[in-house]
Amino acid sequence: MIDPMEFLLWTKGPMFQIAIAVFGLGILARLFEIFALGRRHNYSQARGGELVPGLKTVYKRFNPDPGTFARSPFDVIVGIIWHIGFIVVLLLFIPHVELIQTTFGIAWPSLPNPLVDAITAVTLVGLVAALIHRLTQPVKRFLSTREDYVIWAVTFLPVLTGYLAYHRLINPYPLALGIHILAAEVFLIVLPFTKLTHIFTAFVARWYNGANFGRKGVQS
Amino acid sequence: MSEAATAFSLQRGLAAWREEMDAPVASFFSSCVHCGMCAQACPFFVETGDPKYTPIHKLEPLRLLWEQEYTIAGWIKTKLGLSKEITDEMLAEWEPLLYDSCSMCGRCSMVCPVGNDIQYMIRKAREGMVASGHAPEGLIAASVRAVETGSPMGLQWKTLEVQIKHVEQATGLEVPIDKQGADYLVLLSSMEIINFPEYLEAITKIFDHAGVSWTLSQDCFEATNAGIQIGNKDVAALLTNRVVDAAVKLGVKNVISPECGHAYTAIRWEGPNNIGRSYPFKVFHIIEVLEQLRADGRIKTEGKETDRLSMHDPCNLARKSGVIQQQRNLMDLVAENFVDLKEHGKYQWCCGAGGGVSSNERAEDLKMAAFKRKKAQIEEVEPERMVTMCATCRTQLEEGLEEFNMDIPVIGLTEIIAEHLVDKE
Repeated sequence: MIDPMEFLLWTKGPMFQIAIAVFGLGILARLFEIFALGRRHNYSQARGGELVPGLKTVYKRFNPDPGTFARSPFDVIVGIIWHIGFIVVLLLFIPHVELIQTTFGIAWPSLPNPLVDAITAVTLVGLVAALIHRLTQPVKRFLSTREDYVIWAVTFLPVLTGYLAYHRLINPYPLALGIHILAAEVFLIVLPFTKLTHIFTAFVARWYNGANFGRKGVQS
Repeated sequence: MSEAATAFSLQRGLAAWREEMDAPVASFFSSCVHCGMCAQACPFFVETGDPKYTPIHKLEPLRLLWEQEYTIAGWIKTKLGLSKEITDEMLAEWEPLLYDSCSMCGRCSMVCPVGNDIQYMIRKAREGMVASGHAPEGLIAASVRAVETGSPMGLQWKTLEVQIKHVEQATGLEVPIDKQGADYLVLLSSMEIINFPEYLEAITKIFDHAGVSWTLSQDCFEATNAGIQIGNKDVAALLTNRVVDAAVKLGVKNVISPECGHAYTAIRWEGPNNIGRSYPFKVFHIIEVLEQLRADGRIKTEGKETDRLSMHDPCNLARKSGVIQQQRNLMDLVAENFVDLKEHGKYQWCCGAGGGVSSNERAEDLKMAAFKRKKAQIEEVEPERMVTMCATCRTQLEEGLEEFNMDIPVIGLTEIIAEHLVDKE
């Protein structure tokens, strides 16, 4: 058996360095893959701009039109809940804020622990509901590949292990914390090579969508 | 075309796709999380319930090529033999998905939460389908006719000439032909000439009424572009050049697309990119021209339609070109009891016949299935008549309403305007 403390130090030390490096370089490579392809010059006479409609679409896809909401209420509501929950817990939990400060030198206010705890629980429920939906809704089930389930697990585990560590449900504590950190590192390492890249590329995609429609005078 | 047909191959198809690969496509494929919300935006899925009609799934072969050749991870996967090979069998399986069950209406592009412009990619995917020899017979035949005769339906000038004579007799007005230096070159669609001769008569009256200088061209009367529908840049460029040559020869300042959504997007947005240069003239849909004449006070009407009218926005005109308010202003001019369908304008639902579906006999059942979404929309507002401004949509609405025994006539907006013109002194 490895010593829990040693394991924790390994996850906080060399493994953390590796994860951050793979994540950073991986994302840069993915963005390069996209932008290196460029776009052909468009010779048609534009009816509207690209920049502003593109940015508006980046925002608008957070807030779907009423018809889309009525046809996909589960996706919209549960999707928004767990995405926001995940981001809030990631960025506003006291130890996470401290980690970001020591790593990158920037800091912001955090939320009280009981609130983060509650949001974590909601996020976990949301993710489980999303998985059940993926397994049962005919279109989602049809589209889903092994990768979709892998990234679900990779996303779920950091939240779950964080919750377990916070509530001291795994002992000893250094082991619990080490497992949580490792889960987060797996998430970072996997992110650039899977659909998890949508965390970054969805904004690029939305902008191009808005720009394509925008130059024809339609806000998409 | 026949000698080219023998050269169609998987390799040429993949090469065509490589040419279509760009940053937007890469960003779209990078972002899809398989949420399936695009399915709920697609009339072909909504009305059949078959998950294979999910819009993003229709792009799976193109996505595979992107993953294998344009991502590092995919490239490694391929080297390790873990990637699925793109085969002729696969493309044959996808042919009905990319053609029969997609009207390129672009509704999926409006709702994708990560922002994928799926319709933009379907258009690109069709290039590879043609080059690999996996395009539907009906569309191939239409393209061949368009190249050889100038019309996808094989219609010739002499047929149009007969119609022109009828219009001239009925109106006592001249239909100008090859008039040098006219302000507007008017194009028509074969579907319109055959099914809706009222259109030519209507614009003859309206343009006379408003004092518009216009002309038809004997060199080129066809506005549609079969090359764009099927997905072949060479055919598309050839057909676009016919329009450009005719317009340049007559020295016109503007070209008018008829009541046809496809023709409008083809000439207005894709044409210049087919030929790789900007036009020396402007392009308008007839509805844009009529709205401008109305705004300038050049159209004087009397009386209004009193029955309950609703309107079908052609996808190509509204969602894909931003012409949405114009037709409503024109309706206000001639209708006192107009009611919009619930989801209209940029969120309208396709009639089911666009994007080459109506030229593809094999797709007949799917075309009627997709129409059921439109039918449901029409039933919601219970109009006495429907108005539209696209000959393909109009034909589909007429056939569909007939099929379901709904007694709702369909009329073109230009015609209604013409019926309400104040007689000249």
